[in-house]
Amino acid sequence: MTNWSATAGTLALAALLAGHAPTAQAKTLVYCSEGSPENFNPMINTTGTTFDANRPIYNRLVEFKNGTTEISPGLAEKWDVSPDSRVFTFHLRQNANWQSNKNFKPTRGFNADDVMFSFERQWKDSNPYHKVSGGGYDYWSDMNMPKLIANIEKLDDYTVRFTLTQPNAPFLADMAMDFASVQSKEYADVLTKLGKPELIDQDAIGTGPFELVQYQKDATIRYRAFAGYWGTKPKIDTLVFSITKDAAVRMAKLRANECQVAAYPNPADLPSLRADPSLTVLSQPGLNIGYLAFNVVKKPFDDVRVRRAINMAIDKKAILEAVYLGSGEPAKNLIPPTMWSYNNNVEDFKYDPEAAKKLLAEAGLAGGFETDLWAMPVQRPYNPDARRIGELMQSDLAKVGIKAKIVSYEWGEYRKRVQAGDHQMAQLGWTGDNGDPDNFFATLASCAAVPNSATKWCNKDYDDAVTKAAATVDQAERAKLYEQAQVVMHDQAPYFLIAHSVGFQPIRNEVTGYVMSPLGGHLFNDVDLK
Amino acid sequence: MIRFLFRRVSLIVPTFIGVTFLSFMLIHLVPGDPIEVRVGERGIAPARLAQLRHEFGYDQPLWKQFVDYEVQLAHGDLGRSVVTRESVWREFTTLFPATLELAVCALLFATLVGLPLGVIAAVRRGSAFDYGLMGVSVTGASMPIFWWGLMVILVFSVFLGWTPVSGRISDAFFIEPWSGFMTVDCWFADDAGACRSAWSHLILPAIVLGTVPLATIARMTRSSMLEVLNEDYIRTARAKGLAVRRVVIVHALRNALIPIVTVLGLSVSALLGGAILTETIFSWPGIGHWLIESIQRRDYPVLQSGTLLVAILVIMVNLGVDLTYGFLNPRIRR
Repeated sequence: MTNWSATAGTLALAALLAGHAPTAQAKTLVYCSEGSPENFNPMINTTGTTFDANRPIYNRLVEFKNGTTEISPGLAEKWDVSPDSRVFTFHLRQNANWQSNKNFKPTRGFNADDVMFSFERQWKDSNPYHKVSGGGYDYWSDMNMPKLIANIEKLDDYTVRFTLTQPNAPFLADMAMDFASVQSKEYADVLTKLGKPELIDQDAIGTGPFELVQYQKDATIRYRAFAGYWGTKPKIDTLVFSITKDAAVRMAKLRANECQVAAYPNPADLPSLRADPSLTVLSQPGLNIGYLAFNVVKKPFDDVRVRRAINMAIDKKAILEAVYLGSGEPAKNLIPPTMWSYNNNVEDFKYDPEAAKKLLAEAGLAGGFETDLWAMPVQRPYNPDARRIGELMQSDLAKVGIKAKIVSYEWGEYRKRVQAGDHQMAQLGWTGDNGDPDNFFATLASCAAVPNSATKWCNKDYDDAVTKAAATVDQAERAKLYEQAQVVMHDQAPYFLIAHSVGFQPIRNEVTGYVMSPLGGHLFNDVDLK
Repeated sequence: MIRFLFRRVSLIVPTFIGVTFLSFMLIHLVPGDPIEVRVGERGIAPARLAQLRHEFGYDQPLWKQFVDYEVQLAHGDLGRSVVTRESVWREFTTLFPATLELAVCALLFATLVGLPLGVIAAVRRGSAFDYGLMGVSVTGASMPIFWWGLMVILVFSVFLGWTPVSGRISDAFFIEPWSGFMTVDCWFADDAGACRSAWSHLILPAIVLGTVPLATIARMTRSSMLEVLNEDYIRTARAKGLAVRRVVIVHALRNALIPIVTVLGLSVSALLGGAILTETIFSWPGIGHWLIESIQRRDYPVLQSGTLLVAILVIMVNLGVDLTYGFLNPRIRR
């Protein structure tokens, strides 16, 4: 009897402890994500976490080809661009279906009404959904759409025409961004009748490869492969986002095979992850730049010789070794080398304190000067530790007689003061939105960007090249213009460009078809399990 | 008894007002508002910032915002999250069962293990067991939860593979939430595998969260028992020839319980505090997690009303403890 009890007890315990092992069911891929989405509508959000959670559900008119920033057909099968880059006509696909849920069974497929609804929701106050869920369309405003769009017309059920107020070649790349996701007008009408319009941003309906099955805040998001998807059907049946906020725990779950892909490892964990035979660590140069901006409207930074001298006085290699720990590459241009139009002929300033001293003397500052050096209070992929970088810069600058005082504020305050131009030198950076060089060159350093920019730098030659490039359709011609702009920027040195960081993605070996996105998102359309 | 109850309940109202005032003021002392915190490198146009501030009422003087908030509360409206736009009450009721489930399990673990250990240590005062237990309990009470949580995950989940790393249930199971208590919902779903998974997910977080209360309960039981065991009536009971077990359990333990009940009551607030860390380590989707995030995002409505709801909970538990005293020792009622 005693033996029997002991055996039963052991079995019960074993059964209990074995309870966590997933049973062999349909093909399920679990992704350990870093946080909960704010809701299920990318139009009203700006965070990567929310975009990742929405990407399986929605489509856009055009899409970024997986793992690249190339534009490929999405809900538009093809498109025409007028020679002056002002009129974009999208020819929509006729085989895209809408997903369904307990409140909505679609009676028709995707068509031009849905495109009109989705863009007018963001654009026009008169749209009944404009104010739903708070009505804040930050990306729409940030990408300058209110000023850029002159008209959107439905030419027929499967043709939509966008007319812009000015020529703008990057517009196509903008249309592949998450904020340009398309929602169902029919679903919106059904929810209006039900008196629950806000559900459109919670119980999402899209045309994408996966449909939303269940969301439990801070716990899981569960998706099912959508049988009616117009593109290549997903190879997995179920996709689960297991929300795990702590990076160390995410990696523990990955090792224990509780998830097969895990987001954002701590850089310190990378060596042990690489050593684990059951894992593969993918890497991809990020579309970003970390920099130290000189406020060129303040003395002595209005003198290009001072800006060049600082570029020669700081040891970039030492910063990369000490702070980026091998996860960054030195920057000599504003855009990373993976982006088209990167000018490799630009030669970076050499670390040469003696030459820097000479230049300072020429500028009448032989005895050096005092300045502030702002360090961001937050960690970013492009700048893992601004304080430490500031200290390294401070010690290098002291060697050429420049006394730099490190200054920092709470993030909101920091950003606001930099925007107001309170600083002399400030660290900041940028992560690209859409892979178009315009998203770096114009957004950060054009004359139009001066009210927000950290440098307040406005150079006619640079600005002409960048503005002309934005209005040019031919990519080769655009590339030439951006290459010129990079030469001007290097010559005028409004920044000390620090680094482009590299992104890392650990996955289990049984995962196939996972490709890292240069834009930093996580996509599971083509993923399979061995 | 009614007067005692009335006296206790009448203290609740000023406490509520104090809590709402403190939570309101403290979050407003932290620099940055919900809108500024969300703005990235691109910055925000001053006109747009002013418009958003106006929409949320953050351009009003602080006293006006506080009065508006109190009026809103008086109407039973806890507000909406600035980030998710969901009502705070709905978010709280979705997440709270997870916290309660974990806290109950942790408290059960702490009591069921801590109480007998304390009793044994008191009875065997001065023995190796007594010294060993007290040493371990000091270690337990001073253990940093974050470190302890990661250690048990590394040992039991990663190296030994006995328990799951984190979460409430394996992602292989799809359970529709009904009560919000995973151990109950899996039972309703009639899925034995899911129930095993739910219970196995509770083991490590309950142990980690229960460690500090366990140590406190064990120590308190020991000292309380030692005091009672020296009383005259215990000597009398022993002199009457009663069995040691009966003397200890029936006569001594019952009288030693009052300070232990106090500790249990206080443990509830400690558990809610500890839950914030434990929930973060074990990705446990409860209110601790939720409140921490609301601070990072300066989500004023969630933080203010969430703190208020937790305060109500703690006050209720304390009231319950006070009433329990009354039952355990009628002299306290007067």
